[in-house]
Amino acid sequence: MSETRRDFMKLTGVFGVLAATGLLSTQEALAQQAAWNKAAFDTKSVPDTVKALGGAAASESTDIAITAPDIAENGAVVPVGVVSKIPNTQAVYILVDKNPNALAAGFTLPAGTEANVSTRIKMGQTSNVTALVKADNKFFFANKEVKVTLGGCGG
Amino acid sequence: MPDPMRIRATAQGESVDVRVLMAHEMAGGTTPHYIQTVTVTCNGKVVLSAEWGPAVSKNPYLQFKFAGGKKGDELEVKWVDNKGETRTDKATIG
Repeated sequence: MSETRRDFMKLTGVFGVLAATGLLSTQEALAQQAAWNKAAFDTKSVPDTVKALGGAAASESTDIAITAPDIAENGAVVPVGVVSKIPNTQAVYILVDKNPNALAAGFTLPAGTEANVSTRIKMGQTSNVTALVKADNKFFFANKEVKVTLGGCGG
Repeated sequence: MPDPMRIRATAQGESVDVRVLMAHEMAGGTTPHYIQTVTVTCNGKVVLSAEWGPAVSKNPYLQFKFAGGKKGDELEVKWVDNKGETRTDKATIG
């Protein structure tokens, strides 16, 4: 009997530590999932993503620069950078037009943070990469085609 | 417990250049497991918040610049994934 109790205490001890270090409480996890824009990440096309983000339509802009390779040998790791020169840029989104879900990443930029972000994304096939910029609550975009020799949706 | 992030924050004139490398599988498909939100704070102020889907590459890389930080200030990066796992790491701006 006492041994069972000791085992039980050991077990709760272990889980207690896990909860404190690696995992969120249920409440916190739920709040976190509510903050993440599921509707936008579920969209299949660029216009649908704009709508899910609260815009009506996006207009093309030459003030957005996309840095990405012309040819990506490995679609699993495609470096993409976006710089926006549009005043009051509030958010930058990176989309891959032909991925199963268009939206790959979004960045919200508080005042003082430059509209200049870089990351690495997966591309299933040759596609346009679209940089979507929200500025003064309006949406703007620019495209760049990236040719993919080996698709990266396996991993 | 997920592996620690590698964070490099460098003061360059008026702005701070931040580069972060996270350890995460970023799995898509039928058993998705990927980072959903990333929050970077400096001196208690949020300087970047990101929302990611599974199309961000494995072991994600992030680079950006912000104004208002200086050498010696502490930068904190926190991510949370779709399973509620989280990790927070700190770095001093150099």
